[in-house]
Amino acid sequence: MTVVSTSSTNEGPLTPVLTANWADDRSWTLASYAAQGGYQALDKALGMSPDEVITAVKDSGLRGRGGAGFPTGMKWSFIPQDNPNPKYLVVNADESEPGTCKDIPLMMASPHTLVEGVIISSYAIRANRAFIYVRGEVLHVIRRLQAAVAEAYAAGHLGTNIHGSGYDLDLVVHAGAGAYICGEETALLDSLEGRRGQPRLRPPFPAVAGLYASPTVINNAESIASVPSIIENGADWFAGMGTEKSNGFGIFSLSGHVTRPGQYEAPLGITLRQLLDLAGGVREGHELKFWTPGGSSTPLFTAEHLDVPLDFESVGAAGSMLGTRALQIFDETVCVVRAVLRWTEFYKHESCGKCTPCREGTWWLVQVLGRLEKGQGSAEDLDLLLDQCDNILGRAFCALGDGATSPITSSIKYFRDEYLAHLEQGGCPFDPAKSSLFEEVLA
Amino acid sequence: MIDETTYAELREIAARYPQARSGLLPMLHLVQSAEGRVTPEGIQACAEVLGLTEAEVSGVATFYTMYKRRPVGDYLVGVCTNTLCAVMGGDAIFERLKDHLEVGNDETTADGRITLEHIECNAACDYAPVMMINWEFVDNQTPQSAVELVDDLRSGVERHSTRGPRLCTWRQAERVLAGFNDGLADEGPSAGAASLAGLSIAQENDWRAPSAGRGASAGERIETEEGQ
Ligand SMILES: Cc1cc2nc3c(=O)[nH]c(=O)nc-3n(C[C@H](O)[C@H](O)[C@H](O)COP(=O)(O)O)c2cc1C
Ligand code: SF4
Ligand code: FES
Repeated sequence: MTVVSTSSTNEGPLTPVLTANWADDRSWTLASYAAQGGYQALDKALGMSPDEVITAVKDSGLRGRGGAGFPTGMKWSFIPQDNPNPKYLVVNADESEPGTCKDIPLMMASPHTLVEGVIISSYAIRANRAFIYVRGEVLHVIRRLQAAVAEAYAAGHLGTNIHGSGYDLDLVVHAGAGAYICGEETALLDSLEGRRGQPRLRPPFPAVAGLYASPTVINNAESIASVPSIIENGADWFAGMGTEKSNGFGIFSLSGHVTRPGQYEAPLGITLRQLLDLAGGVREGHELKFWTPGGSSTPLFTAEHLDVPLDFESVGAAGSMLGTRALQIFDETVCVVRAVLRWTEFYKHESCGKCTPCREGTWWLVQVLGRLEKGQGSAEDLDLLLDQCDNILGRAFCALGDGATSPITSSIKYFRDEYLAHLEQGGCPFDPAKSSLFEEVLA
Repeated sequence: MIDETTYAELREIAARYPQARSGLLPMLHLVQSAEGRVTPEGIQACAEVLGLTEAEVSGVATFYTMYKRRPVGDYLVGVCTNTLCAVMGGDAIFERLKDHLEVGNDETTADGRITLEHIECNAACDYAPVMMINWEFVDNQTPQSAVELVDDLRSGVERHSTRGPRLCTWRQAERVLAGFNDGLADEGPSAGAASLAGLSIAQENDWRAPSAGRGASAGERIETEEGQ
């Protein structure tokens, strides 16, 4: 496909594609989306064979945007087409990993991007039923998704004989009910079947026995929303952005002590230094202390990692994970022990209780960390913490348990002295009012 | 009491799915809308519609934090105290609201208007510190703004979400979560300022994805292609 731009291409560090229409008037409506060429990619896809669509997504190099980075086209090709059961597409829009805040604004501003992606992706894997599992705690986003699906039905983009192609698809927007673990794909499937959301043993993998024990593809909302642009502009266009093994663009979410927090869509491989430059730097008068590259389950980074390219390989090589590109920025006023304790309390609260290392382990981690934060306990407690993490990592039934250890082990690695300072002072040496945005109100 | 209309709606939810049990989560949302909490009658109704035991339904209801066993006020006020919001001021906001409303976590004011709870990351960290009222975004809060907001809600003053419509009651919100749209999708902006931070800079500098992507009008591009 030769896509010719009507205006000269102006390449900068930011590449709005998914975010490009977010400032448009009534961007969430079908009229606005269609005026920007929306649903033309669907026509194009329906003119291809399902396998050609899968090949295009494979060739684009798109890797899952939900955290693990599994190649999306490859995942689709695992669906056994000789299996007599119906096939399903399930969109993971549970977005609950602390720091992660990209799928929610996407679905609020442009739900049709996701809906069009769902239709093309379902067509590719030969599914006639699809679900968007969205966390329940985002009322207005759910309204917009429901309205977009209704509009898409009315316009003939969903339902029977879509665009006269003979292809049928039904799409249900399904609201969750508050449980971080339901973002884990097999727990999500149990939840979508009306059960407690607890992870399943694998194998069998969802591609073989997923929803209702039938072949199922589960993809993150941003992954699926990227599909229409790939079909429209071609695999090479997408693969031409990003780095060698981390192709394309992604939404980077900056939050915390940064001058202009928000969503920045850029090719994979951009660095935090570049992003901070765009975002006006760390909050005025302060400096970077630690940050998460991909949510609270990814090991912390410090100022020494400002130039690590934010792609899957480079972040991994530097000892963390790209995760969901949730860049939570903390300046020097923040106590790392307080931060880590709070995340650990989160994991304890959200542990589904299925396996002992995580259920018991996260409880113990909170006990020991809580003691340290109060300046009680002893230096040996740090080794105890590392030992406990060792007993969870790799032994937990799912990645929630592993993730719970990330903030602890990485913070002890970079900030051991700060833990010890709590013991020396008999309490936290930091003033929490200094890190809040409204010091004057507290004074 | 679960009336006939609600029974019919519970069945309608179950019928959306290839297997009826998949409807259980939205059905429990509908029960909360009808009853103000998950009641034994509501559990019984879900069990009856789905052919499950009450214990099975109950086991599901207790797993999820959005389902409440105790009556919830008209406004469920959630303050995010996950690390990022906590550090940016969420802890101070939560403390102030507890003091001001004279309730603890997961408690309701005597007038039945406000239930206060602290919540986990709600995917709005770029608007920290964040509050959710009946699961609508209330962004960039301070203790002061939070107190004014709950005071207004208690005295019946109309207030809006910072990225959405006028705040409805918790029971109305639960109905939307059950899949019954209230027609308010067109209220509010496309996005808040933080969501547009990167896009604004790109637009100022005329930066785009190579070969336009979906940034420029696809319609124009198609014409160009055809004209080749
Ligand atoms: C505890 C836990 C929570 C998760 N939460 C989410 C989530 O909210 N959204 C998401 O897309 N993936 C989440 N994941 C990852 C999913 O299990 C899965 O890898 C992903 O949805 C696959 O989609 P992708 O290949 O498009 O990234 C979570 C994983 C774990 C272990
Ligand atoms: S690791 Fe935690 S969340 Fe995962 S199955 Fe075990 S107890 Fe449940
Ligand atoms: S930490 Fe509060 S919304 Fe993410």
